[in-house]
Amino acid sequence: MTLPLLRRHHERNRVSHLMQPDTQVIRIEPSKGWVALQLQELWAYRELLYFLIWRDVMVRYKQTALGAAWAIIQPVFTMLVFSLFFGRLGKIPSDGIPYPIFTYAALVPWTFFSQGLSQASNSLVGSANLIKKVYFPRLCVPIAAVTSGLVDFALAFMVLLGMMLYYGIFPGVKVVWLPVLLLLTLTTSLGVSLWLSALNVHFRDVRHIIPFLTQLWLFATPIAYPSSLLSEPWRTLYSINPMVGVVEGFRWALLGAETAPGLMVVVSFLAALAILVSGIFYFRRLEKTFADVV
Amino acid sequence: MGDIAIRVEEIGKKYRIGKAEKYKTLRDTLASAFAAPFLKVGRLLRGEGAVDTGQDEQIWALKEVSFEVRQGEVIGVIGGNGAGKSTLLKILSRITEPTTGFAEIHGRVGSLLEVGTGFHQELTGRENTYLNGAILGMNKKEIDRKFDEIVAFSEVEKFIDTPVKHYSSGMYLRLAFAVAAHLEPEILIVDEVLAVGDAGFQQKCLGKMGAVAKEGRTVLFVSHNMGAITQLCGRAVQLEKGRLKRSGSAGEVVAAYLSSVAGTELKSSWSDESSKPNDSDVRFKSVRLLSPDEQPLAIINFNESLLVEIAYEVKVPIRNLSVTCLLHDSMNCLVFESMDTDMPEWNGCVRNPDIYCATTKIPPLLLRPGRYQLSFAAFVEGVRIIERLQRVLTFDVSGVGCTLQPKRDGVVSPVLDWKVCRASENGRMV
Repeated sequence: MTLPLLRRHHERNRVSHLMQPDTQVIRIEPSKGWVALQLQELWAYRELLYFLIWRDVMVRYKQTALGAAWAIIQPVFTMLVFSLFFGRLGKIPSDGIPYPIFTYAALVPWTFFSQGLSQASNSLVGSANLIKKVYFPRLCVPIAAVTSGLVDFALAFMVLLGMMLYYGIFPGVKVVWLPVLLLLTLTTSLGVSLWLSALNVHFRDVRHIIPFLTQLWLFATPIAYPSSLLSEPWRTLYSINPMVGVVEGFRWALLGAETAPGLMVVVSFLAALAILVSGIFYFRRLEKTFADVV
Repeated sequence: MGDIAIRVEEIGKKYRIGKAEKYKTLRDTLASAFAAPFLKVGRLLRGEGAVDTGQDEQIWALKEVSFEVRQGEVIGVIGGNGAGKSTLLKILSRITEPTTGFAEIHGRVGSLLEVGTGFHQELTGRENTYLNGAILGMNKKEIDRKFDEIVAFSEVEKFIDTPVKHYSSGMYLRLAFAVAAHLEPEILIVDEVLAVGDAGFQQKCLGKMGAVAKEGRTVLFVSHNMGAITQLCGRAVQLEKGRLKRSGSAGEVVAAYLSSVAGTELKSSWSDESSKPNDSDVRFKSVRLLSPDEQPLAIINFNESLLVEIAYEVKVPIRNLSVTCLLHDSMNCLVFESMDTDMPEWNGCVRNPDIYCATTKIPPLLLRPGRYQLSFAAFVEGVRIIERLQRVLTFDVSGVGCTLQPKRDGVVSPVLDWKVCRASENGRMV
């Protein structure tokens, strides 16, 4: 790793009532190669990040006629269609759990993931005027886009709880794993979004690939079918798709599916981490071109 | 004051524009079609973006620009369109990276490159204030503290909770500027935000910026409004085609810039007699524009007077000589002509050979804000024109001090006294 974009060091200053005794000096110079991640700067701008998330949520709910209902309509209707065609007509097995809730429990984190992807991939281009006129760590933009989906997730989750009540399934102590799985979803969503949003600035057709990508990914994830259809070792290898770990984990934690998908979740976590870390590095490297190209 | 706030050292910024078309053979086309995806991926991973660098034209928006700004200084950046002013501000605001050189910034920077950045139409004025404040770098506590001030400054209290899409453009601007005006960074970078809005709004902005400058903050100000620059800034730098053309006191730099724009000299003088053709009976030696306290200048405020000083040499005794100055405005309309023989003691006399210096004062509260040019002539009424200087001096009248609302039409806009009385006051029935 060569020269970082910004170097900060503290200098003692005399005089001037306006400056604190310890003033930071910012050095602006061309960066070469891989750029330092500067995550502490992200922390310094956390208030802005909060405001961007708040703005994304507010705007989403103010603009749509359906408002909050949209967060529920998408997973519920997908569940209905799947239940009819895959569950009833196709007779796909569902690990002993009623098919509708089997698939809905997977759709809740999945919708959070795919919505995050579609919002974030165009987020940089959509915030072009901000990026061209104000300085802030550009990572805030896709992070805000992905995180703002948590509100929708919460609503869809309510419906899931309602369904569990209906089917008489009561979760045990395993629900403590849910935040971990949510974190895994967030990691994956963010990791892929960083790659996509950075690429989208240079290739504007990336955001048109997203619907296609998410469709494929949907079927590559055991939402409509159980992963037990696969035999080992394929099943574990399959969980390189991080959403596999998420979905199986959700089902296990909430609905009491058979064995704990421990190894699968571990593999998924590693894959997600790899995507995230590489995504952050790539994003930071491309960041200097954003204001000029967007 | 004394420590450096901003130091710019050999900053350069290169942009790639367009692509030169090259004649391609089929072999080339096929070869590049196969290689292209791999080349593209390689470029992407290196962070160079999608554009093919080989055949592109490259321009230097900035080249080898160096200067220093001390704490507490208010420095203006002027130059024509495309000179690189906005690029310089973007680099200092860390929005884009320099290609060469470096800059050092000592202190917290607040950048105002646009008014209303981040405003969203669906959100209310209140919500946008918080959002915009956060974007500009204020934290929530700060915005809470200043919220009432901001709303009062913007004069949109009644509408603060309606979505901004219902605001008129004036309200929108006032609110946006109000938020920006309450930024309190150590270093403030401002880019032509005063270019939008009506005269009243611009005055308010100037006033606020003046207050900010007086608080001892360092300000870097880019504008085309020369009046604002001379009013607010102590020093100025001029950029031309990406390079630093000159730097010095605001008055000097603005004057030099304006004269180079108009193609004329602020002070025209001819010391070499043989270089001037025409009659030798009367020769103009120099013409100058001065402020009331005899400083050379190129801009006056609406409420200030301007001295015109003409030095000329009379070679032979001449009777009935008149020396006149003519004022043309930017529409090429002759505003007035005035001659020294308007003074009775100079009318109809004989002027003996000598060097004469004539000064006349253009009164304040008369000329419409805008650009003017002065011409001079020496002639004998009804007989001959001895010498003429066409459009040799240029000056601006700025809107500062102009209390006339709305803006006036007409060649001049004098401030006249009006006396109004009512019939009912005089106890008469009409």
